[in-house]
Amino acid sequence: MAGDSSKRRVQIKVKRFQPDQRAEAYWQEFSLEVEGTDRLLDALNKIKWTQDGSLTFRRSCAHGVCGSDAMRVNGRNRLACKLLMNDLGARISVEPMLGFPVVRDLVVDMDPFFHKYEKVKPYLINEEPAPRTERLQSPEERARFDETTKCILCGACTGSCPSVWANPEWVGPASIVNAHRFIFDSRDRGAAERLNILSDRNGVWRCRTIFNCTDACPRGIHVTDAIEEVKRAIMYGVE
Amino acid sequence: MNYHKFDVVIVGSGGAGLMSAMQLAHNSSIAVISKLYPTRSHTGAAQGGVAAALGNQEEDHWQWHMFDTVKGGDYLVDQDAGAVLTQEAIDAVYDLEHWGLPFNRTPDGKIDQRRFGGHSRNFGEGPVRRSCYAADRTGHMILQTMFQQSVKNQVHFFNEYMMLDLLVNNGQAVGVVAMNLRDGELHVFHAKALVLATGGYGRAWRITSNALACTGDGMAVAYRRGIPLEDMEMYQFHPTGLYKVGILLSEAARGEGAYLLNKDGERFCIRYAPTMQELAPRDMVSRFIYQEIAEGRGIDGKDYVYLSVAHLGKQKIDEKLPDITDFARNYLGVEPYYEPVPIQPTAHYAMGGIPTNIEGQVVIDEQSTPMPGLYAAGEVACVSVHGANRLGTNSLVDLIVFGRRAGKHIAQKWLPEAEFGELPGDPESRAREQVEGLLSRTEGETQDAIRQELRDMMMERVGVIRDDAGLTAAMNKLVELKERYAKVRLMDHSKTFNTELMEVIELGNLLDCSEATIAGAQARKESRGAHYRPDYEKRDDVNFLKHTLAYQSERVGAPDLRYKPVVITEFQPKERKY
Repeated sequence: MAGDSSKRRVQIKVKRFQPDQRAEAYWQEFSLEVEGTDRLLDALNKIKWTQDGSLTFRRSCAHGVCGSDAMRVNGRNRLACKLLMNDLGARISVEPMLGFPVVRDLVVDMDPFFHKYEKVKPYLINEEPAPRTERLQSPEERARFDETTKCILCGACTGSCPSVWANPEWVGPASIVNAHRFIFDSRDRGAAERLNILSDRNGVWRCRTIFNCTDACPRGIHVTDAIEEVKRAIMYGVE
Repeated sequence: MNYHKFDVVIVGSGGAGLMSAMQLAHNSSIAVISKLYPTRSHTGAAQGGVAAALGNQEEDHWQWHMFDTVKGGDYLVDQDAGAVLTQEAIDAVYDLEHWGLPFNRTPDGKIDQRRFGGHSRNFGEGPVRRSCYAADRTGHMILQTMFQQSVKNQVHFFNEYMMLDLLVNNGQAVGVVAMNLRDGELHVFHAKALVLATGGYGRAWRITSNALACTGDGMAVAYRRGIPLEDMEMYQFHPTGLYKVGILLSEAARGEGAYLLNKDGERFCIRYAPTMQELAPRDMVSRFIYQEIAEGRGIDGKDYVYLSVAHLGKQKIDEKLPDITDFARNYLGVEPYYEPVPIQPTAHYAMGGIPTNIEGQVVIDEQSTPMPGLYAAGEVACVSVHGANRLGTNSLVDLIVFGRRAGKHIAQKWLPEAEFGELPGDPESRAREQVEGLLSRTEGETQDAIRQELRDMMMERVGVIRDDAGLTAAMNKLVELKERYAKVRLMDHSKTFNTELMEVIELGNLLDCSEATIAGAQARKESRGAHYRPDYEKRDDVNFLKHTLAYQSERVGAPDLRYKPVVITEFQPKERKY
């Protein structure tokens, strides 16, 4: 097995916001022993359980599939449960994702994010009567939208996007990814509605192809490419 | 008092809760309460597939699926429920497809199916392709699809609300009390029907595949309100957890042809289960691994063996098993294209839980008397379709079939005649005492050691192998931990998003679930399915072909145990051979 599991000491600097006590955010540094194969989430839990129970963050599955623990680590949006201490060096900065209202410490308000997601009609639209068994779909048709089915709605892409920071009203990359997932599904009949929504002034055209979203995605989705495909579909129709 | 009134309140937003919601959203007022955002629910971590006898790849019948389920469960399955599970699986899978679930496809465009542990053709002749799947992220696709449908149907969610108490008045379930994590406020939800769909409690063990949120909240809250917990001693260890971290590596790997290897490079499963080999049921494969380790054939003499997929080739690995091979790369630095992956059994799934009948109604005694207004579905419930050992893919089947049945029963049978029951006086009182007690205490130990000691104890004493001495020690330890827990202190006294408060409440829930688990295991002096006792090595149908019902008593560590018969229709108990 690769990986160094020997113990070492790291400094984790956390941007804290404790609204019950202070109106302003502030930085606090924690020092602790970790193993190289520990996840950053393990380190945060260790701080919470042994040093400061008020350190506040979301977490659940702890292996990169539930999307709870997206945060900004050393300046980039990451899931804390997918980062190993081996890959992080001895001084680590952790802060909440940008572009979201902060509730407490690393916990941000995800409600606006989900409201934007709902705007793109992220569900199969097909009013034709369903057959008794499955609707048929070839492996090739299925492969066409595989990439965007992987989205876990963690918000890492949307929180990394300068266009979102500049304009919080913008629908943002995650919503477009979820529109893409249906626009290119051969069983769906709602592409025109969604493309109409996404062609307005807070739709796809505010994407400036900066690629931060693609870098941030913990599921390896080529987010910018998906957005480009939606742009092309608006211009030339769904291929 | 923050008061809400809905026809139906569903607690939990995983597959079972949302499937119930889908049956009700059109014509009744419903709310879904979740301590997470819905898409964070642990259904999303399920990987390998959902079984249904569609017969898309080869001949298959629901009766074969039912037989496998009963035999896999070591004959502790209630067979009326097993029949419902396997028959209705077929339509439920088509429902999911019609809602847009992106299943993998056969060349002719049908839902693709693959092999899975314990699933056989013609009553045990050999493996069959029964698991419908979407790569190795089937649970993710189910959860996303259900959530998408919830958005479409404008389901009313209360996200990041944690259930603290169940309100029962005059024998009827009338509501729940939940805490809004955002500001610590308590809310009373008054309803004609409640569905508990809060999942399992794998976090009671040190090595587990379960999310940090899987803390048995629904089971513990019900248990404290006098509702029994059924067959809690039946807890499944999945054979292939990533070494040390416990992250699940789906049985789909073995379904696609992966090998389990000991230090000599031997496929040891063949020695124990010549027909099904690596695809023997999970309880057995976990024991095979323990046996290999005990006899010195673990890798480097340590407590793990190898899962090898390298011979499947890159293309198949990338197409069928992309996520789990990424887990091996990311967390262990192992490249599965070329290297075998270190694995060990990991605490995975509760076969037991809140007893229900086949309509999803919670039943509270040996005669299976329903509690009016109360339903449960999914891992929190015990129907019992998994008996003493669940087959792979049957958890997702359970969610969709019994989530659907509970919702339908409420819509068609219960709501047309039900009235709102009266709330008890001061309905928040118990929840308020719990929260204020925790927030006000300023001295004593914090949660950390209690949780660690619980998880270590459950791993060492209440794992794949149990015996009388170990279980007695476990219960003594549990009593000590509960005494310490009664005096636990928080570091964080804020009411704003206090996750330490949430964790400490969760820890209390784990302690209660563990109490019922250990007590059931102590009393079941036989070996059956996941409950393996070297001191009582044989299955004992004369004395223990029955379900345990554990009721919390006044005495810590000593629940009252009662028993109810197993429903047997088609398949008489036989010895399990694979």
